[in-house]
Amino acid sequence: MSALLRPDRSPRARRRTLTGGVFRIVALLATALGVVMLAVLLLDVFRDGAGEVDGSFITSYPSRFPERAGIRSALLGTGWMLAFTAAMAFPIGVGAAIYLEEYAADIWVTRVIQINIANLAGVPSIVYGLLGLSFFVRFMMLGRSVLAGSMTMSLLILPLIIVASREAIRAVPDSLREGSLALGASRWQMVFRTVLPAAMPGILTGTILALSRAIGETAPLITIGALTYIAFDPSGPLDLFTVLPIQIFNWVSLPQQEFHKLAAGAIVVLLAVLLLANSVAIVIRHRFERSRR
Amino acid sequence: MINVRVEPTRNRTAPPDASIRERQIVLATRKLRFWYGDKLVLKDIALDISEREVTAIIGPSGCGKSTYLRCFNRMNELIPGARHEGKVLFRNHDLYARDADPVAIRRRIGMVFQKPNPFPKSIFDNVAYGPRVNGYQGDLGEIVEASLRRAALWGEVKDDLKKSGLALSGGQQQRLCIARALAVGPEVILMDEPCSALDPIATTRIEDLIRELREQYTIVIVTHNMQQAARVSDRTAFFTVDENAAGELVEFDDTQRLFTTPRDARTEAYITGRFG
Repeated sequence: MSALLRPDRSPRARRRTLTGGVFRIVALLATALGVVMLAVLLLDVFRDGAGEVDGSFITSYPSRFPERAGIRSALLGTGWMLAFTAAMAFPIGVGAAIYLEEYAADIWVTRVIQINIANLAGVPSIVYGLLGLSFFVRFMMLGRSVLAGSMTMSLLILPLIIVASREAIRAVPDSLREGSLALGASRWQMVFRTVLPAAMPGILTGTILALSRAIGETAPLITIGALTYIAFDPSGPLDLFTVLPIQIFNWVSLPQQEFHKLAAGAIVVLLAVLLLANSVAIVIRHRFERSRR
Repeated sequence: MINVRVEPTRNRTAPPDASIRERQIVLATRKLRFWYGDKLVLKDIALDISEREVTAIIGPSGCGKSTYLRCFNRMNELIPGARHEGKVLFRNHDLYARDADPVAIRRRIGMVFQKPNPFPKSIFDNVAYGPRVNGYQGDLGEIVEASLRRAALWGEVKDDLKKSGLALSGGQQQRLCIARALAVGPEVILMDEPCSALDPIATTRIEDLIRELREQYTIVIVTHNMQQAARVSDRTAFFTVDENAAGELVEFDDTQRLFTTPRDARTEAYITGRFG
């Protein structure tokens, strides 16, 4: 019988085991807290709002009569804004990331730019709203349009896209770059034929996360003056618009209980849009990853 | 298996071109010095590399073999802080002349790397990559097949050209990389320890391939493996490091002669396994 394998029963060892156990429980509680809160939130919203979501809720304009009110213009506005934001922020963000990773010399100017991009990702969104108001809405005279809102949102999510794309590009092994150049590829052929396809899954993941944030942001759009009551379909980039979070905010701030239920219904739709956007992006990402195998 | 041409002994004071067989010099360096930052890694290297021969570069770790090889297709200039002095010549043209284009150079001087690095694309697209980036207008299928045949890989992959290059074994991947290099139509192939990541059987296949390719291409191969140098090369250059850790050329001669009757004591010590 080996004493080596018997558990240590000294007080010191017991205390150590106890500390380990306590820490484990604390960590478990911390995890559970997040999960439980999310579940309660979802349950609460679904209980209040799931009943509200039907065909006429989606296709009706907002109204002061709760039974007639819907989210048509807000949903369309969110769609317009998302499309324009993606169309502007994706190419600019990826372009900036390519420049910083593949072209820029590692000098102090580049490093200052990089640090500032990281800092921009942490700037409160309302500050972007103020910038959008004074620059896009007033100076460029775009008004409170879809375009002004999308440009403001693009600025807001650009740092996120740049940072994520840079990480993805940096993760492409140098051996692929060398292999490409050794075959007589020019620098841009190397970037577009080898580096970008290899980095695309990571770039798309970052873009999805950034766009998800844009879907949910309210403060900058309120700042630039996106309206809450829009009883027509935005039909172009220069039209007035509203988005789902603003509509939700508006309904929640009304005193009547019925409008609170409508807000819950709109939240359900917002979450559905988010999940849909995420799953589309995941499908695209998988397609890219499969083509690499 | 030793495939070294035996040539009549020649006068050692004569220049290398003076042998019976006329030698066409394809690549040459003159007083080549190379630095990474402040650190000198190559010291006055002068070497002539002859057409349609296999030239092996051997030597202990850190003697600058790979750095030297990468001077010929200007891959070193991707490394920040790298600089050189002296001449690197390709058919008597300065590879580092102001109007020399690295892209054009790399189309004529191909490279195979130490670790197989196929692109995450299909086998076909891997081989077609070079012709495509070079704007090749002809039949890609033809050039892919010809290159894979020349790299002795066609028989193994002809039925699944759509499969990813990464799905192949290590040895197949390296032959794919050789096929990929051949598809561009280079005159010279630089090989940077092409077998160091492969098992002995895959190594044998690559060595057989090198001996076949020698009929049409000029090959420069860096290797850690002296037996490999003896098996595949016509000439061997032995590099070592001096007391300041700078690489220098000790001896360059016909492979058989270098391995049987080395002139320099350091060469003899290395090939008999006394250091390195």
